[in-house]
Amino acid sequence: MSLDTGIRLVYLVAAICFIVALGGLSGPKTARAGNLIGAAGMTIAIGMTFATPGLSRFALMAGAMALGAVIGFPAARLVKMTAIPQMVAAFNGVGGGAAALIALTTFLKAAPTELAVYQVVEVLFGVIIGCVSFAGSAIAFAKLQELMTGRPITYPGQQVMNGIVGAGILGLTVAACVSPHAWLVAIVAGLALVFGIAFVLPIGGADVPVLISLLNSFTGLAVAASGFVLHSVVLVVAGTLVGASGTLLTRMMSAAMGRSLPNILFSAFGSVITATGISEAGADRSVRSASAEDIAVLLAYSRKVIIVPGYGLAVAQAQHTARELAELLESRGVEVIYAIHPVAGRMPGHMNVLLAEANVPYEQLKEMDDANPEFQTADVALVVGANDVVNPAAKNSPGSPIYGMPILAVDEAKNIVFLKRSMRPGFAGIDNELLFDPKTTMLFGDAKDSLAKLVAAIKHL
Amino acid sequence: MNGSDILTLITIFVLSAVVGFEVISKVPSILHTPLMSGTNAIHGVVVVGAMIVLGTAHGTLEITLGFVAVVLGTINVVGGFVVTDRMLEMFKGRPRAGTPDAPGKDGGTGSQP
Repeated sequence: MSLDTGIRLVYLVAAICFIVALGGLSGPKTARAGNLIGAAGMTIAIGMTFATPGLSRFALMAGAMALGAVIGFPAARLVKMTAIPQMVAAFNGVGGGAAALIALTTFLKAAPTELAVYQVVEVLFGVIIGCVSFAGSAIAFAKLQELMTGRPITYPGQQVMNGIVGAGILGLTVAACVSPHAWLVAIVAGLALVFGIAFVLPIGGADVPVLISLLNSFTGLAVAASGFVLHSVVLVVAGTLVGASGTLLTRMMSAAMGRSLPNILFSAFGSVITATGISEAGADRSVRSASAEDIAVLLAYSRKVIIVPGYGLAVAQAQHTARELAELLESRGVEVIYAIHPVAGRMPGHMNVLLAEANVPYEQLKEMDDANPEFQTADVALVVGANDVVNPAAKNSPGSPIYGMPILAVDEAKNIVFLKRSMRPGFAGIDNELLFDPKTTMLFGDAKDSLAKLVAAIKHL
Repeated sequence: MNGSDILTLITIFVLSAVVGFEVISKVPSILHTPLMSGTNAIHGVVVVGAMIVLGTAHGTLEITLGFVAVVLGTINVVGGFVVTDRMLEMFKGRPRAGTPDAPGKDGGTGSQP
């Protein structure tokens, strides 16, 4: 068996690891093992590359990898759980950037005249998709990190401009196939970066997780394209696996929000108009707010309280205080459960992760379908920094951008308490009728402060 | 590379796409984020391609681009797997660590007014 055959077989083992990893990651019991198998496959693939004949500059490679590890490891280890969505966006973006650079450098290496048309196409695919993913992920990161507004950014002629940039990319791609010049490829790369930014700007903060999933599958395809460029089977297999499963996952995520993917990607214009319409209708209505002491009494003398956590709980880092309040209520004989909406927070599963971090017992966390029948018998639904996931507009107003999204039935509880910073609408940018409901009491303030006040007030009872 | 090589790669591409669609079918929504993050780590295999580019580069420009690609790819791999493991660690390990809460809960039910 030649060394080359050996290397191919080892890459095959790595590819199998990636497939097994994907399968493992889709089940709760096997997920962690799946991730580790994926990491093992990656280690095998990287190790094998160091043994590949014909390569040089191993020291420089090792240096580059050490530098990457020194950046990536602490970033992943130290990031707050609330900031994980943007971290995933960042890791996705650098992957897309790497794929684009691979395609670009391979093009520079070859004498352009030697390249067949299909090879130029491979290069351009890698460059375009990689650049779109890199720039799009950067904007998604900025939106989630609140370096810029999370609201959809729209301007007149936006779709026309995006269309022109897209057409420019296509046109120059054809031109580059006819006469492959480096400067043409560079311009295509630049336009693809612009397109990535323009494509993400009109997408609102609430929809960014679905977008990151989409960009993730883009990066997968960019990696597959760079695999074609380098004739690397392991890159083609792994990249395509991610491209395909990422597409499916994106569809599952948008289905969990009750929306279609085109609706998420292109609906910014409509949603802004609807949002203002509803705001005006709600402007002159009164809202009932109460002191922490009043709400403490309400909670302490309830039989059953359902806590509905949302992104406000995550940003305020209030998961520990929420658990403290729950334990205090339980010690007074109140039944407490947490109702978790599949897309509460900024990522599906975000709330489960945060509450698990605060040692909330797993049995107290109820998924939406199990939680909804519980509201009928609940004395209080305590909504902590959630908004869109309890908005009845999803059930009642067909014109609303969130119409059709399954929501938590907090309106069926006897009392509703909202802990909220202000009357500002949620990510979807639409007002919540429920805030004006006669059963509803507001406690304004940071979620953590409000919860701490409630804990103190209940202790004094 | 000749015509049959590109056909082989296209065959592999198509089969991988089918496997990618089939291998994740019913995923509970709490696993959507970890699965996205896990697949994100897997496309970090791009670092292998970056190593090949750097290892065969000629001239300062190619070496620089290859070096940057290896750095970016490594961030993708290392960060991707570590952050995914951190998410999944929360799901598995912590509920058991939370069991000391249980006696408090029982005591609470006993003292119900």
